[in-house]
Amino acid sequence: MKGIRILSIITLLLAIASFNLNAQCKAFAKNECLPKLSPYTHDGNYHSAVLVEGEEAELYKTFYSDMEYRVAIMGEGKLPNVEFRVLDDNKNVIYSNKDNNYAKTWDFRLEASKQLKLVVKVLNNSKPGDTPASGCVAIMFGFKLKK
Amino acid sequence: MSKKYSFGTGLIAVLLICTVLFSGCGSGGGEKKSKSTETEKATVKDNTQAVQDVKQAEKIFQALPSPLESAMLIKSAGGKFDKKYLNPVENQNKYTTNNSQALNLGIYTCDLSFASLYDQTQLIINYMNAAKKMANGLGIMDAIQQSTIDRLEENINNTQVILDIVSETFLNSNSYLSDNDQPAIATTVLVGGWIEGLYIATQLVDLNEFNGNKLVGRIIDQKLSIQILLDLLEKNKEVPNIQGLVIQMSKLKAVFDKINISAKPIRTEIDKSTNTTILRSEVTTDMSQAIFKELRDVTSEIRNSFVQ
Repeated sequence: MKGIRILSIITLLLAIASFNLNAQCKAFAKNECLPKLSPYTHDGNYHSAVLVEGEEAELYKTFYSDMEYRVAIMGEGKLPNVEFRVLDDNKNVIYSNKDNNYAKTWDFRLEASKQLKLVVKVLNNSKPGDTPASGCVAIMFGFKLKK
Repeated sequence: MSKKYSFGTGLIAVLLICTVLFSGCGSGGGEKKSKSTETEKATVKDNTQAVQDVKQAEKIFQALPSPLESAMLIKSAGGKFDKKYLNPVENQNKYTTNNSQALNLGIYTCDLSFASLYDQTQLIINYMNAAKKMANGLGIMDAIQQSTIDRLEENINNTQVILDIVSETFLNSNSYLSDNDQPAIATTVLVGGWIEGLYIATQLVDLNEFNGNKLVGRIIDQKLSIQILLDLLEKNKEVPNIQGLVIQMSKLKAVFDKINISAKPIRTEIDKSTNTTILRSEVTTDMSQAIFKELRDVTSEIRNSFVQ
């Protein structure tokens, strides 16, 4: 009986923690990341994940030749810098924000439509024995018609 | 779309914790206990692997064009507005299941975006209300509030404000579904919007002006997204409705597979005046009218099954 009770409490706590983390990520994405897209129009999609220092996430998306794009990738304040690289389908790195002082946004346009892969990594600044920081990382896209 | 620490992950974690908790409770003899411990270790290892797999999968995002982006692509390619290709708002009362409401939330959002880009003021209000009804049916009560409709009416002649409102309502819907661990529904909404965009685009192509038609080019580009869409569906394949979508989308992929796209490597240039990177590459594509017609027919068949 005691085991079942403990299990129920753990289940409840995990569900609450999950909901809180999700809500926290949503608020972060809307309040911090979304404004960085201006003057581009946000596409309405929502991508976020809780990452620990040193962890990576990947995103695949098709970008079209008639559009100009801005990608905004941001980590919560307690996280170290977030590095992101953009790769083509031959795994060539075509952009890295590491070369731009870990810029949070990148503006680009394409001559021909392409599927690109974004690799997002939270840098690891923790020392051995430290608990690595974790927090929400949001990825959002804005677009406008090519002039 | 999906996130770490989702409820599904939580359940697996609970199972893992449960396994660990009960692994210390055995009271049998030495050999039996040893055998039992080995089994339990294997279970913990399996569960740990499962948790790692889930965590890894949740850190891979497949991003489909949103309904707003699909509509924007049609307009930018010179597509003309034609109301007859939209799903009539009168159909909204037919959608009573979660699956049909999710599909038609995507469809109506695409139609709303399309109407917004062409300044169809009355249609904008009608389609926003239809999208609201679908969202409410899915329990997303705050995605489109009355204040949103009021703001829309106040700014009905300001296209940029309308696009921002459409984007915001779509963000509210899909973030709600993510927060409440309903990735299958969120995926279904995206599929609905993507198919509607493809349907409108294929219907608007004039076969007498096929060669060099910019809209045909944008339709070919959707070949780049069909695998992303199937990967997205694959993540939720245990859901019966998703299995049906996988069959339909696989049929569509089979047609897209007949289109040839060959591309040269990307060269990058910086436009210093705008600090924009230009990705230059040469792409050649090949789609015959016969393949186009097949694509149009399959798309139409799928779309009509969604709106019926």
